[in-house]
Amino acid sequence: MKTNSSNPNEDIQAIREIMERSSKFLSLSGLAGIFAGVCALVGAAVAWFFIFDSGQIRYSGHLQNYISSINSGIGFYLALDALLVLVFAVLGAVYFSFRKAKKAGRQFWTNSTRRLLFHLMLPLVSGGFIILILIFRNKPDMVISFMLVFYGLALVNAGKFTFSEIHYLGLTQIVLGILAAVFINYGLLLWAIGFGLMHIVYGTMMFYRHERKK
Amino acid sequence: MKNPITNLQKVFDSRIRLGIMSALMVNDTLDFNALKELLGLTDGNLASHLKTLEQQKIIAVSKQFVGRKPSTTFKATELGKNLFRKHLVALEELINNQ
Repeated sequence: MKTNSSNPNEDIQAIREIMERSSKFLSLSGLAGIFAGVCALVGAAVAWFFIFDSGQIRYSGHLQNYISSINSGIGFYLALDALLVLVFAVLGAVYFSFRKAKKAGRQFWTNSTRRLLFHLMLPLVSGGFIILILIFRNKPDMVISFMLVFYGLALVNAGKFTFSEIHYLGLTQIVLGILAAVFINYGLLLWAIGFGLMHIVYGTMMFYRHERKK
Repeated sequence: MKNPITNLQKVFDSRIRLGIMSALMVNDTLDFNALKELLGLTDGNLASHLKTLEQQKIIAVSKQFVGRKPSTTFKATELGKNLFRKHLVALEELINNQ
């Protein structure tokens, strides 16, 4: 680091760089988004082909009869499927972000990381509780909508502390979530678009904008 | 036209002090380790620059214990923030007049 400044342009640049680096989590990798999207698409395909028997079982109305309790076949497999997608997606996000931080010679666990996680987890955990309550009260028809909306709110909330794409990904998820509440029959499709396709689209965009050019 | 140089703050001539202050403008408080990590400095080097900023009342220091470990956190004072803004305006004017 230079000690004396003679060039105001360089000074301004240094100020901007430090402000950004000290307030934002820049280790988030687009690859994490792509990987999470692929996990979600696989999970949605498993749900469609195996659990819903290629559409023989409809998501709404009908489903209510099938999920009499979390222990009944379909409810259990759907929950297991969703949980596996979540676990793999989170592991992927940690792995790719850790890798990006290491490559850039940055620390992974910093103030910005903690701040990002806190703002992400607050709406996410709240939504998680609401969704569990819906499931245990045997009201599964709004589960997909709530998943998308709460995830979207979490991303918008956390978006202030990382790349701006996360903010827009969050807005997209909220819109999809509201659509999923209106078109309950298309819940699984909208879930696959939100958690699958959109992660891949935004992940690719982030990768090309922030990682490839170097 | 007045000379923008007069508004440049001597204390921010140092890129390191400028860096510390930039970080404290966007974070309410930062502890010693966070600053060290952010700026990639040695303990001694960072401490001496922090001392200078503290003496000029640009930053405020508070010491507390987290569990049994002492922890020192730093924040920008109102005076410090004003001086930093003045410095930024002066830098901008310099660039515009080039």
